[in-house]
Amino acid sequence: MARVIVDVMLKPEIHDPQGEAVLSATRRLGFGGVTGVRQGKRFELELDGPADSAALAAIEELARELLANPVIEEFSLHPAE
Amino acid sequence: MRIGVVTFPGSLDDTDAARAVRYAGAEAVPLWHADRDLRGVDAVILPGGFSYGDYLRCGAIARFSPVMAELVPAAKAGLPVLGICNGFQILCEAHLLPGALTRNAGLRFITRDVPLTVANASTAWTNGYESGQQLLVPLKSGEGAYAAGPATLDELERTGRVVVRYAGAAPNGAARGIAGICDEAGTVVGLMPHPEHAIDPLTGPSADGLGFFTSVVTAFAGARG
Amino acid sequence: MSDKDTVEVAAATPEQPQPFEELGLTKDEYAKIRDILGRRPTAAELALYSVMWSEHCSYKSSKVHLRRLAPNEEQSGQLLAGIGANAGVVDIGQGYAVTFKIESHNHPSFVEPHQGAATGVGGIVRDILAMGARPVAVMDALRFGPADAHDTARVLPGVVSGISFYGNCLGLPNIGGELAFDPCYAGNPLINALCVGVMRHADLQAAVASGPGNKVVLFGSRTGPDGVGGASVLASATFGGDGDGRARAKRPSVQVGDPFLEKLLVECCLELYASGLIEGIQDLGAAGIACATTELAAGGDGGMRVTLDDVPLRDPSLTPAEILMSESQERMMAVVRPDNIEAFLRVCAKWDVEATVIGEVTGDGTLTMTWRGGTVVQIPPRTAADGPVYQRPMARPADLDALQAAAPGGLDRPKDGPALRAAVLALLGSADEADKSWVTAQYDHYVRGNTVLAMPEDGGLLRIDERTQLGIALATDGNGRYCRLDPYQGTQLALSEAYRNVAMTGASPVAVTNCLNFGSPEDPAVMWQLAEAVRGLADACAALGIPVTGGNVSLYNQTGTNAIHPTPVIGVLGVHDDVRRRLAAGFTEDAAQVVLLGETREEFGGSAWAHVTHGHLGGHPPAADLDAERRLADLMSAAAQESLLSSAHDLSTGGLSIALAESCIRGGRGCRVRLPGDPFTDLFSESAARAVVSVTPGREAEFAALCAANEIPATVLGTTGGQTLAVEATFEVSLDELRRVWQGTLPALFS
Repeated sequence: MARVIVDVMLKPEIHDPQGEAVLSATRRLGFGGVTGVRQGKRFELELDGPADSAALAAIEELARELLANPVIEEFSLHPAE
Repeated sequence: MRIGVVTFPGSLDDTDAARAVRYAGAEAVPLWHADRDLRGVDAVILPGGFSYGDYLRCGAIARFSPVMAELVPAAKAGLPVLGICNGFQILCEAHLLPGALTRNAGLRFITRDVPLTVANASTAWTNGYESGQQLLVPLKSGEGAYAAGPATLDELERTGRVVVRYAGAAPNGAARGIAGICDEAGTVVGLMPHPEHAIDPLTGPSADGLGFFTSVVTAFAGARG
Repeated sequence: MSDKDTVEVAAATPEQPQPFEELGLTKDEYAKIRDILGRRPTAAELALYSVMWSEHCSYKSSKVHLRRLAPNEEQSGQLLAGIGANAGVVDIGQGYAVTFKIESHNHPSFVEPHQGAATGVGGIVRDILAMGARPVAVMDALRFGPADAHDTARVLPGVVSGISFYGNCLGLPNIGGELAFDPCYAGNPLINALCVGVMRHADLQAAVASGPGNKVVLFGSRTGPDGVGGASVLASATFGGDGDGRARAKRPSVQVGDPFLEKLLVECCLELYASGLIEGIQDLGAAGIACATTELAAGGDGGMRVTLDDVPLRDPSLTPAEILMSESQERMMAVVRPDNIEAFLRVCAKWDVEATVIGEVTGDGTLTMTWRGGTVVQIPPRTAADGPVYQRPMARPADLDALQAAAPGGLDRPKDGPALRAAVLALLGSADEADKSWVTAQYDHYVRGNTVLAMPEDGGLLRIDERTQLGIALATDGNGRYCRLDPYQGTQLALSEAYRNVAMTGASPVAVTNCLNFGSPEDPAVMWQLAEAVRGLADACAALGIPVTGGNVSLYNQTGTNAIHPTPVIGVLGVHDDVRRRLAAGFTEDAAQVVLLGETREEFGGSAWAHVTHGHLGGHPPAADLDAERRLADLMSAAAQESLLSSAHDLSTGGLSIALAESCIRGGRGCRVRLPGDPFTDLFSESAARAVVSVTPGREAEFAALCAANEIPATVLGTTGGQTLAVEATFEVSLDELRRVWQGTLPALFS
């Protein structure tokens, strides 16, 4: 049974208050080396067949249609190892 | 006039929208999300709430409901549609309106009576107001910050499609203080604050919100007359 | 295998050691179970008894005391269902009945604030739903350690976001509550959630399983390992357990709530009720299926047979014991006639709510459960539902005499204008008195469109009937400091305050609920406090003529030997004939006469002033005066009906100084007053049965006559108007400064 991972992130120009809150907390905890945080979503999809190019194309369409909002988000996908 | 109010799983302010419709002198017609049927109504309201628990994104799942399959073409053909809060989110996800609603800048749910300025008093839902009129209406949301690309925002401003703005600073960080917008025809309007909670000073901060509902009744009567 | 521990096996292996102590049972309790069954219990039965006989579910330490709260004839008049039913039901007229209850979720909220508080809301809402009512509003009473403590900054925001997340998504307006801070709650925060529901008389549902042949249906969420952390010990018992080498998944102790599913469950249940498809119903809360089955079976006249294999599971590896103990949220159990099952399942499908028949009602007086063909539970259900009854030892706390002797009379007092001014502002800006908007703005109080009054008003007020303007008012109050000094008096004062808050809206108080938060029942001093508190509540309710309709007890709120202050939180429900005539706290017009109602005495024991200025707790709390409270409430109701008042606000912690400041801030206008007696006493005393009102201009004589008729002392203090709170010959503070001090505290701490 194949799995495909879809990562969804806010577009760089969209304000990410959650990422900023996480960054503040990160610095408060003493991780001074972290200079930026953006928060996104990761979807793990289980397929009943192989993660071949047809399946991946279908999932790309699903991502564009449902998993991500193209107005404010972008996504990438790959088969899970 | 018959105005449909859609109930999705998780809709909360549907009964309140229906009350506002009644106060405005029209008949409120309940529409069920799973029915591909607008029951011949003259206008539709998508109410506030947490359709589908706001899972995935607010309104992202509701926009694929059977009722939306009927509503989208009808709206494009001129049926007046008002999307309030979650309804606004659904209209954006369904691409009937541009842009998207994102998490409040302060990250917390906010309930607050906000002063609004009417920027466009010509839409189907605001023709009863004066341009520049100030309204006091409750805002209650966690994801109410309107966001869109600069080109979209410029076009909305340029073509007068910003319908209501926050009079002071936007409590949620909405771009350019935008609280509500409309489509090109001015018949589909989406706004984050809740006019249905400002129809009676007994239960709200004012009766300023009633105008949204009486406007569409007036527009309908005018169109028929 | 522990999941093959059937009744037959148990009977054949009486010597098998069982981990009853790890499950929280005492040796005596375990012996009692063996006695009841005539053999050792199976693993599943042991789990079932251990949760049903836990303090939380059985009330074993408090039951003997709670019996005092049974209503007398006068009090029973308006009751449709009393203590024992999930939540008491009160007739409010016009064919409507109201059910309300307050419940605690203290320990889970300390562990996981967001989910703990969220699931607390979910639980009390299901309680109300199970009575046949539509839940219409919630409130919450929150108590934390010191406002500036590190752990408070962890717990408070999480609790508030949890209540906001769950309540808002359910579409229930949050119309009021409390927020208080005290070092005694550090490590033991109190999260008490109230829910109120409305129904027509005929809608009342019962929690009984009667009618042999009727089906038992479990619906809502699937059952998972939520909250069964403790049950894992059963798997590690010498007998059975992991013999097959399977790695067992971790068993979480925290329950996670899904308010969206609960919203669907609410609509689904209401449609089932309206369609007459349910014979009996129970919500699943603490002790999940174990509790629902035993209580439904015990409530009915027969027995019940359950096939545990039919319980829909989220985790297929659960054992019968774990299935019984699971505290997965958003589940209900119904008893349905066989010819209604199809319609029942259709309604559930419409709302996307999973529903499964898991058993049926029998006539044999036994609760029997099977698993993979074997009988794993076979008990008389009442023995589990009723639980042990303890008479715990009680002893007046050894330090109480000294504490009461340390009266606040000797404390240094502000003597001149500037000092009094500074003291007022210090009190106004203290965490207990400061503006709570940082919290309350996270709650939706508008949804459903029937909220007439919500925080920061004295009571929440909901319109019930749009045509007749019938409404209900609610308030919750508690005072741990008063109760520490005198639990009897302190509890009466808590009830008095909630009663008075309801009266301030113009409503008539009709019923009481209570959440009793105390330390360990194994401490005789705590048991004495509990007994005194219940005695105080019972006596006060009898004096006021209103019943206690139900409530909740939370014990073991302590860390080591440090118990919290005894903190009974009292909720009062009132009926308002016409919500359009409601009263609110803010001064709404200029040139209105400001009047102080009630008698002021030198009473500072446990007062906010003593706490904030001197960190002092000692002496006696103010004297409760129930007769005066009753007359004051009657006065407010009559004044509201005649529209004699333009504002009304009760006096409580902080006394007149806070009440005046709040009336000014809320109304956006000041006042000019003269204090009748000693300024310090007038400003900071916390004598009971008092209020500050502003009279509708022109109606002063009528109002004065009404006060006299109700024998309520009325002292004219001054007039509303201007932009300052001016206390003649003493001090003046601008509205801007009042607002700044009042609004600054919580955001600075928690933003």
